[in-house]
Amino acid sequence: MNRMLNDDLQLLNGNHAVAWGVRLAGPDVAPVYPITPQTPILEKLIAFQAEGKFDCDLITPESEHSAMAAAVAASATGARVFTATSSQGLMLMHELLHYASGARMPIVMFNVNRTPAAPWGFWPDQTDSLSQRDTGWVQLYSEHPQESLDTVVQAFRIAEASELPVMVNHDAFYVSHAVEPVSVPEAKAVRDFLPRRERSLWLDTGLGRSIGAPAGQEAWHASRREMDAAMARVEGLTREAGRLWGEATGRAYDVLEAYRMEGAQQAFVTMGSMAGTAREAVDRLREAGIAAGMVRLRLFRPLPAAALRAALADIPVALVLDRNFSPGMGGIVHQELAAALYGHGGPRLHGFLAGVGGINVPVERLEALAREYRDAAPTHAPIWLE
Amino acid sequence: MDISRYEDHGQFCSGHAACGGCVEALTMRVILNEIGPDAVGVVAPSCTAVILGGYPTSSARIPFIHGLIETAAAMGTGVKRGLAAQGKGDTTVVCFAGDGGTYDIGIQALSSAAERNEDILYVCFDNEGYMNTGGQKSSSTPHGAATGSTPLGKATVKKNLIEIMVAHRIPYIATASPSHLADLAAKVRKARAIRGMKVLIVVIPCLPGWGVADDSAVRVARLAVESGVFPLMEVENGTTWRIASEQTRPIDAYLASQKRYRHLSDGEREALQAEVDAGFARLKALEAINPG
Ligand SMILES: Cc1ncc(C[n+]2csc(CCOP(=O)(O)OP(=O)(O)O)c2C)c(N)n1
Ligand code: SF4
Repeated sequence: MNRMLNDDLQLLNGNHAVAWGVRLAGPDVAPVYPITPQTPILEKLIAFQAEGKFDCDLITPESEHSAMAAAVAASATGARVFTATSSQGLMLMHELLHYASGARMPIVMFNVNRTPAAPWGFWPDQTDSLSQRDTGWVQLYSEHPQESLDTVVQAFRIAEASELPVMVNHDAFYVSHAVEPVSVPEAKAVRDFLPRRERSLWLDTGLGRSIGAPAGQEAWHASRREMDAAMARVEGLTREAGRLWGEATGRAYDVLEAYRMEGAQQAFVTMGSMAGTAREAVDRLREAGIAAGMVRLRLFRPLPAAALRAALADIPVALVLDRNFSPGMGGIVHQELAAALYGHGGPRLHGFLAGVGGINVPVERLEALAREYRDAAPTHAPIWLE
Repeated sequence: MDISRYEDHGQFCSGHAACGGCVEALTMRVILNEIGPDAVGVVAPSCTAVILGGYPTSSARIPFIHGLIETAAAMGTGVKRGLAAQGKGDTTVVCFAGDGGTYDIGIQALSSAAERNEDILYVCFDNEGYMNTGGQKSSSTPHGAATGSTPLGKATVKKNLIEIMVAHRIPYIATASPSHLADLAAKVRKARAIRGMKVLIVVIPCLPGWGVADDSAVRVARLAVESGVFPLMEVENGTTWRIASEQTRPIDAYLASQKRYRHLSDGEREALQAEVDAGFARLKALEAINPG
């Protein structure tokens, strides 16, 4: 027993923190298929269930495809539904991801970001979830175990308020298996934070209403307009959830985190665990008299474009650190940021493929980068970091 | 002979989108009426989904989720578990899928649901091909039958889904035919009362897909049963076999009733007859050693 820990603090790895968040959120049904490095989430939920502490129907189907199919169908009955996956599993679900959002199912899924095969690899890399960016799922990225617990709970609130599915991501091993002190909130605080809401459409006897039936062009078109309107509400809902969570637990969240951005002359822009390295680099640079800062994107879909523009408005240089790779184009956050800034001025952009395949990116490397690119003209091609 | 008695409570509406003369619509009428109003359905893309109709209409009184083609059994699982988690565990969950969605692309999910003994009634409308996409072969297409993707006749035999399901030891597996509607209704009634996984395979002579005349699908279905091509049978718990129909005629009239076999030579016809005879004899032998 670590005597430095307070009563509500537990030493948890990122995945076990997620399982705690899910236990507190209380889904009715959770179909889950094992995959490294997600499996500890599933195992912990099963352990909670075996202890009689988690009253949820855990289904163990033969594949992630069926797990998501069951998740969609259970959600269609009005049940609160959770699932978790990683990499190959997420990509196997692809067809269902579109279905889930099109049918407006407020499913919450936790994805552990891992390199997609081939070659086989088990390393942190966000290409798996970023390549699902057009499936209509809200996407949030967490930096550390505490945030993963907090975010998975908030995800249920965002999903149920918008009637859109929400995917929360954290990096393989660097977060999923890293053990940190995590504050586990009171069950009542979570219950109050997550009231059950009436759904606008669900399957039930006596209603005679179907879901997903073939629609004509007008109705199909309308379905996307409605999704668009729902997505437009997500940024506000995410802020609200982060603020209310702050009131309940003392840990507030926003759609992005601006770190030491006051008077910054250059900023790192990144997502997930890379932010830890970037934060350290910012501190060292500041100490050396270089005005660096960092913007960490927490909500990726919908992209909080205006918030990004505001955060970077007066910053001359932005260095985007992408732990993902879209072959033929480069880093995905880089592309997204360039699109968000286009026509609005903003900083000179440089996109770095940083840590692709999970390779280490030392703090010193980022410090050197900041010095090297202080006065450089914007680069359009992606730059690989060794 | 009781061939047509079943009760109609208006659970299936007219004005649906089936081809005129399609017996799949007829069997859906019987099944949905037998299941009644306390039910939720899942349908995979197939003729069945087309017959159920497009938004905002539905030919069924019960709600359906129009799932993806390989997901009927997995979605049935989700609907059942979701309802049960909310205190509605007695509601019947019925899955409708074609043979493509069952024997081929959906067999993985079906096998998994069977292994978990999910409490769902899974109905496969077996028209022995992918009709929604214009009549290509599936692994349910019989040996010798011509389809859009086997124009010279399928070189391999029909997959034996019954025995695959038997191997899962699920509580109930049955075959049924639109030529024997009272039997179909009785099987649905029986299945509804059983907890756990039920699989019902209904033969559907498809008018364009098999090259069957508009007014003769019921007759062709009857010939399929009587020639032993599609025996009416039940297997309970994998161990109690009942072959209820007899092989009372050769397959000639059955083959002649459809265009998909017209390219066959006399020798090929004889070979098919020998296959059907052997298949029927095998079933009788299995029945004899698995009397329950
Ligand atoms: C993943 C996927 N692949 C292909 C299709 C196209 N598709 C729609 S219906 C169908 C054929 C279905 O055949 P079957 O299950 O036998 O039903 P039938 O149309 O004969 O009633 C196919 C291939 C699809 N919907 N989804
Ligand atoms: S294509 Fe065949 S099975 Fe489909 S509706 Fe027409 S007749 Fe019925």
